Amino acid sequence: MIVAKQKPLAEIKEMLRPFEKVLILGCGTCVKTCFAGGEDEVAMLGAALRLAFRQDGKTIRTEELTVERQCEDAFIQESAQAVSRNEAILSLACGAGVQAMARRFARAVLLPGLNTTFMGVLEKPGLFTEECAGCGDCELDTFGGICPVTRCSKRLLNGPCGGSKNGKCEVSPDIECAWQLIIDRLTLLGQSDNLKRYIPAKDWRPSLSGGPRRLVREDHVI
Amino acid sequence: MKTDGQSKLKRTLSGGGFAVTAECGPPRGADASVIRKKGETLKGCVDAVNVTDNQTAVVRMSSLAACLHLIDIGVEPVMQMVTRDRNRIALQSDIMGAYSLGIRNLLCLSGDHQSLGSQPEAMNVFDIDSLNLVHAVRVMRDEGKDMSGFSLIGAPEMFIGAAENPFADPLSYRVVRLAKKIDAGVDFIQTQCVYNLPRFKEWMRQAREEGLTEKVYIMAGITPLKSTRMAQFMAAKVAGMDIPQEVIDRMSAFTGQRAIEEGMNIALETIAAVKSIPGVRGIHIMAIEAEERVPELVKAAGLSQRPAK
Repeated sequence: MIVAKQKPLAEIKEMLRPFEKVLILGCGTCVKTCFAGGEDEVAMLGAALRLAFRQDGKTIRTEELTVERQCEDAFIQESAQAVSRNEAILSLACGAGVQAMARRFARAVLLPGLNTTFMGVLEKPGLFTEECAGCGDCELDTFGGICPVTRCSKRLLNGPCGGSKNGKCEVSPDIECAWQLIIDRLTLLGQSDNLKRYIPAKDWRPSLSGGPRRLVREDHVI
Repeated sequence: MKTDGQSKLKRTLSGGGFAVTAECGPPRGADASVIRKKGETLKGCVDAVNVTDNQTAVVRMSSLAACLHLIDIGVEPVMQMVTRDRNRIALQSDIMGAYSLGIRNLLCLSGDHQSLGSQPEAMNVFDIDSLNLVHAVRVMRDEGKDMSGFSLIGAPEMFIGAAENPFADPLSYRVVRLAKKIDAGVDFIQTQCVYNLPRFKEWMRQAREEGLTEKVYIMAGITPLKSTRMAQFMAAKVAGMDIPQEVIDRMSAFTGQRAIEEGMNIALETIAAVKSIPGVRGIHIMAIEAEERVPELVKAAGLSQRPAK
């Protein structure tokens, strides 16, 4: 899923200061799952903002709505009337959702309520971890299902650097050394020969370094 | 200094001599006299001097520029190059430029992560890793081609080095990685500082068993400790460092000048020990802002005659 985190209340408040009628728009898929932008977070943020502005002697009228996915036009449509009733939309979606809304509603002021952090998983309650960098050329078969592009702090493809100690990364003891995990898993799978193979320099063209990416599905073009 | 010749470090190692290199860090500023002074101190007592590339991710004078200052005063440099700050385009370009200016030795590294350095806000590059860099330099040298396969007008005939850390984990993989570096094209290896001799011996044993010591010149890293604080700091804070408690305890028994002497004693004992390990072909002294002690250490170790016979 796409993992995101709500911006600090003070930052959101500052963005909303020029407006009196604001739509707080949640997104019911990824960011709901990571407790950043679903119905519950929309309601809590709305209450917190009203209270914060009241303390400043200012009233703000908030409308609350959550659609299934802000990145899909079919769901975005459901927010059209609410959008037209408000001066600004505080979107609790990932960056893709915010932009899809901006594309759909040319005259609406779109404000991001979240910081989109990464593509990842819920590793255990309360802990989300980054698992995929979207490099556009998946080689997880070589690395035993653990991605060094995402999970090694230096994106090393040919084994651990000299900073790997007791299974931890030199950057932080909170970060597991991806290469320790890869070595352990390939050994367990009986695929340690993969470790001996020289991995050539990666072609980054399918990644973001090739410029903004598009995917054309000819079979779906109408 | 004549700069169109071969690497003297290569000549020493290929001639069977026990090589000595030392590290020197460029200044955090534009004052050339700092690097020249360090070079003058090291001149004559080592085969070549490594010039670090923004080591520990702290911004300093560029390695290439500092190498030229050394060449200017007659000291052969080993240019260190990390893949953290430059992509393959910049790396290859700088390698060609370095060779054209007389640099003959290159140490290929991935580099300490920028979050540990002086400007942690920086974006890193890591377009390629240190093995890819070794491979690229080898192809540039031996096949005269850049990474795109383009035939170069003049190949950079670098003597190619890389680092290895026998003390990093997992131990079982360290020799596999060394073998990969050799396959990629590395000529010499400079190791992380040796304090844990049993572990270093075990790593060397594994390297010999795989026949790797016949294919690459291994130089053991030596850093004389100056104080208990330095030992404790390095053990706790420096990435990839392994200082056994007994070494820290030896340092703890002394303070001030006596501690410096004890650090030198430990270094001399380590040099003697690594010299007797089959496959160790030299030492690499990383004195860390104490370059003035290197001549004394080299002399006391009986390695003053440069080049070695």
